Amino acid sequence: MESQDRTTQPAAKISRREAIKGLFALAAMATASGCKSDSDALDAYVQQNFREMTPEQLEEALSRWERRYAESFGKEVEVSATPAREGVLFGYALDISRCIGCRRCVYACVDENNQSRDPQVHWIKVLEMEKEKGVNLHYADQYYDREVVPHPGKFYFPVACQQCENPPCVKACPVSATWQEPDGIVAIDYDWCIGCRCCVTACPYGARSFNWAEPHLEPNELNTKTEYLGNRPRGRGVVEKCTFCLQRTRKGLYPACVEVCPVGARKFGNLNDPDGELRYIIENKRCFILKEELNTQPKFLYYYGV
Amino acid sequence: MKRVHLHRAGSSHGLCSRSMVLWPCLITMLTVGWFGCGGDVQFEEPHNAAMLQVSADDQLIAVPPPPFSKDVFPCSDCHEGEEVDRTRRVIEDHEDVVFDHDSENRWCLDCHDADNRDKLRLASGALLEFTESYRLCGQCHGPKLKDWKAGAHGKRTGSWSGKKQYLLCVHCHNPHAPQFAPLEPQPAPTRPENL
Repeated sequence: MESQDRTTQPAAKISRREAIKGLFALAAMATASGCKSDSDALDAYVQQNFREMTPEQLEEALSRWERRYAESFGKEVEVSATPAREGVLFGYALDISRCIGCRRCVYACVDENNQSRDPQVHWIKVLEMEKEKGVNLHYADQYYDREVVPHPGKFYFPVACQQCENPPCVKACPVSATWQEPDGIVAIDYDWCIGCRCCVTACPYGARSFNWAEPHLEPNELNTKTEYLGNRPRGRGVVEKCTFCLQRTRKGLYPACVEVCPVGARKFGNLNDPDGELRYIIENKRCFILKEELNTQPKFLYYYGV
Repeated sequence: MKRVHLHRAGSSHGLCSRSMVLWPCLITMLTVGWFGCGGDVQFEEPHNAAMLQVSADDQLIAVPPPPFSKDVFPCSDCHEGEEVDRTRRVIEDHEDVVFDHDSENRWCLDCHDADNRDKLRLASGALLEFTESYRLCGQCHGPKLKDWKAGAHGKRTGSWSGKKQYLLCVHCHNPHAPQFAPLEPQPAPTRPENL
């Protein structure tokens, strides 16, 4: 600013808003430099919500995270932000007459999505239920410990994020840190999440996990192909959940749980494709959605293949 | 279903010389490798295996090669030139084969061709490559075959929007004993109070 301007702009004319902004910026600088002396920390502090970033800001944020992960894990990490594909609405179907409760999906998910190993975070919960009771959450146990599965008289019911079309978690978030993407995936901006856990309590499926402690993940366990809204490593104090492996599925691959299922109980595809396997299942099999009465409209179906 | 241990039960057939017993027996089968089948199975491998293009009606699908046991195929290596005995009986050789697949009503030559051991045989008499064994299974399991082609039954890997790999029926189900074997589950999650 030129000195001439300064003389014509008396200090008293600085608006209240600007003054407060300035104060906040100073506070931010002080806080950030107190934690970490590099400029990345300051930039991260003033980072926008993912949906409000300009392409340049997004590019900066991605490369900033790549640098930060490289520093903390000691290896190169790719962080991308692949957009949703045009005309695609992801859906999932799970054949509960096939699932044997082996939990291969649970751990394939952990490996793919960089969940904390200690404390343990699982996005998929496999419930053991009684055949006599049917699908009844009052008679469900996710801590079953068997020598071999399936156990006689039991069946198995994996639950993860149902990717609701009418998601209560999105409505509950006070800061718009979670929203529905055009391909139907409910995504979270981990940098915008304030950790209030309103979404965790709003979700009727117990699908959201909160990082109560600093997540622990060994560098050799890290999946280095990551997405900003997907499987990039999270920090303490943020919520996370299944994203239909968007780092895989937006590139055309099946989710990790589909790839690993030893009995082929898991089906994934585009609900908008009339010739796809999901539409075949909906049209030909007995399907149901979990807690239909809540009008959450999941895009995750359960069906009986037999 | 009754479990028949072919190698044990076969000993009661005093009529058959060892070599006579040998040939009619079903070659085919993949004996050893198939036995571990059930759950854990060879699912790790199919991506690396050379994929075959198989035609299912109007569509081309990729399937991994049939899971033969090591050195068991071609079956004609052992069976070539043998005299064919079409009498239904329990077979002593192929001792790893435990036959539990409607064993009351079926036996080797219902699926394996007696004259060409390297082929399977449909009820119509048509011969079939092992790579297309799903068509043989579909003779009895029609609705399952339909579901498999549509993707509702069986396992598909690869790309939901593009090239997929299917597994043949026999990659998951041992054709001689198709029921899945129980599987050891991975560890239970930690209870919140122990976190």
